[in-house]
Amino acid sequence: MSSTTPRRTALDALHRSLGATMTDFAGWDMPLRYGSERDEHLAVRTKAGLFDLSHMGEITVTGPGAAALLDYALVGNIGGVKVGRARYTMICREDGGILDDLIVYRLAETEYMVVANASNSQVVLDALTERAAAHGGFDAVVRDDRDAYALLAVQGPESSGILKSLTDADLDGLKYYAGLPGTVAGVPALIARTGYTGEDGFELFVAPADAEKLWQALTDAGSSVGLVPCGLSCRDTLRLEAGMPLYGHELSTSLTPFDAGLGRVVKFEKEGDFVGREALTEAAARAESSPPRVLVGLVAEGRRVPRAGYAVVADGKVVGEVTSGAPSPTLGRPIAMAYVDAAHSAPGTPGVGVDIRGSHEPYEVVALPFYKRQK
Amino acid sequence: MSNPQQLRYSKEHEWLSVAEDGVSTVGITEFAANALGDVVYVQLPEVGDTVTAGETCGELESTKSVSDLYSPVTGEVTEINQDVVDDPALVNTAPFEGGWLFKVRIAEEPKDLLSATEYTEFSGSDSAS
Repeated sequence: MSSTTPRRTALDALHRSLGATMTDFAGWDMPLRYGSERDEHLAVRTKAGLFDLSHMGEITVTGPGAAALLDYALVGNIGGVKVGRARYTMICREDGGILDDLIVYRLAETEYMVVANASNSQVVLDALTERAAAHGGFDAVVRDDRDAYALLAVQGPESSGILKSLTDADLDGLKYYAGLPGTVAGVPALIARTGYTGEDGFELFVAPADAEKLWQALTDAGSSVGLVPCGLSCRDTLRLEAGMPLYGHELSTSLTPFDAGLGRVVKFEKEGDFVGREALTEAAARAESSPPRVLVGLVAEGRRVPRAGYAVVADGKVVGEVTSGAPSPTLGRPIAMAYVDAAHSAPGTPGVGVDIRGSHEPYEVVALPFYKRQK
Repeated sequence: MSNPQQLRYSKEHEWLSVAEDGVSTVGITEFAANALGDVVYVQLPEVGDTVTAGETCGELESTKSVSDLYSPVTGEVTEINQDVVDDPALVNTAPFEGGWLFKVRIAEEPKDLLSATEYTEFSGSDSAS
C-alpha cells in the first residue's frame, strides 16, 4: 500500500512469539496465520478463535449534534440507533459511490464510535470531518481514536462461554449488534457482540496497553475448549462463506450500495438530507428496473480456485467478474463471490463457469450466503 | 526446519533427489510449503511429458494464492504422485516425503542446484527480504 514501514499492533511481539506468518495489510503488519489457516477456520466454526483486529479504524463522534451529523454523513438511520446498540452502515460519496462500510456503535445519547476498515480509515475520518462543517456546521466533534484502541475478537460457538468466565457483564442480555462497557479479565473494555465470521462472537475494544493481558486471559480461558489464535487468512474465508462483503472486493467507489445488493442499508425515510441521497434514489430505481450486474455466489464443481478479477463466462462470453474466491473449508470446494449479468444470476443458471488462467471451469450459481450458522 | 542433506535444491524452492537408475524425485521444500500455506490443489505434468529445468510444469494452489511449479531438471516424467493430487495437504505435512510431486528421467545433468547447506542459507536470506 505504501513504501513506509508497516505499523505494528500492541500484540506484535506476541504474534511473533507464537510463530505467526505476518503480512502487510493496509499498511499494518498483521498475522496472516499461526499454523494451518484451514484449522483456524474450522476452529472458529466449531469451537472458538482469537483475532487481533487492531488495524481497524475507530473514530469517535460526540456532541449534541452527533446523531444529526451521522445521519447526514452516512446512509443509515443513525439517530434511530438505541444507546448500547450497533448498526451496519455505509458512507457514500455525493455520486452514491461507496467510500466504506462501517459499524457504528451508539455508546451514549451524544456519543458514537464509528469503526472503519483499516484501508479506508483516513478517508472516512476526512469525510466525517469535512461533513461536520457542512450546512453551517454540526454541533459535534469528530475525533481520531485509531491509536486509542486495540481490538480483539473472540469468535465461534464457544466464545460466549469463554468470555463469561472472564467478566460479570450481562452477556446473555447482550444481543447481536449490541455493545456495552464492561470489564474483561480486569481490563476495561467495550464489549460488542459483532463479528465478521458468520458465528456468534464478540469484539473487545481496549486500551493498547491492556491488549496483551486480555489476549493472555482469553487464551488461558479458552484453551480447554479449543480456542486458537487466528489470522487474517481465515478471517477472509470465514466472511466469504458467510457472504459478507469486503471493501476493495465487493465494495468500491464505483458501486452504490444498491449495485452491491445492499440497498437495505440506505434509509431514504430518515429525516433531512444526506450525502448521496439524490444519486442513490436514482441508483435504487435503476437496480429495480434494470440491474446491471448482480452479486452472486459460485461453487466449483472442480478443485481449481477462482481469484478476484477472474472472468465469469457462459457460452464463451464474459458475463461477470469474480470479486473474492477461496477454497471453502466448510464446503470442501472452492467458492467465490462474483458480479454477473442479471441474465446469468439466478441460482442454478446452467453453463456458467470461471476462466481460471485460460481454462473454463464449471461453477454453480448459488444464493448467498454459502454458510449460515444453526441458531 | 531442516533441509535433508541428501537432496539438491533449486532457487525456485524445489528439491531433487539424487538419481537412482537415472530417475529423480521432485518436490517442493518445507520453506516453500510454509510460505504457500495450506495447499488445496496441485496440477502436475503428465507421465510422458518432457519438463525443462527452470520452466513451469504445473501449479500449486493455496488458500491465498496460486504459484507456478518449476522443474528443477530437464527430462521425461515417469510417474506422478497420485496421493498428493488426491490429498494436496501432503505438501504441507510431509514436503520431503509423502508430499513428493513427480519423478523424472534426467536427460541433462542439472546445473545450478544448491546443496542443503547452500539452500538453507539461500532460503533464510530469502525469507528476511
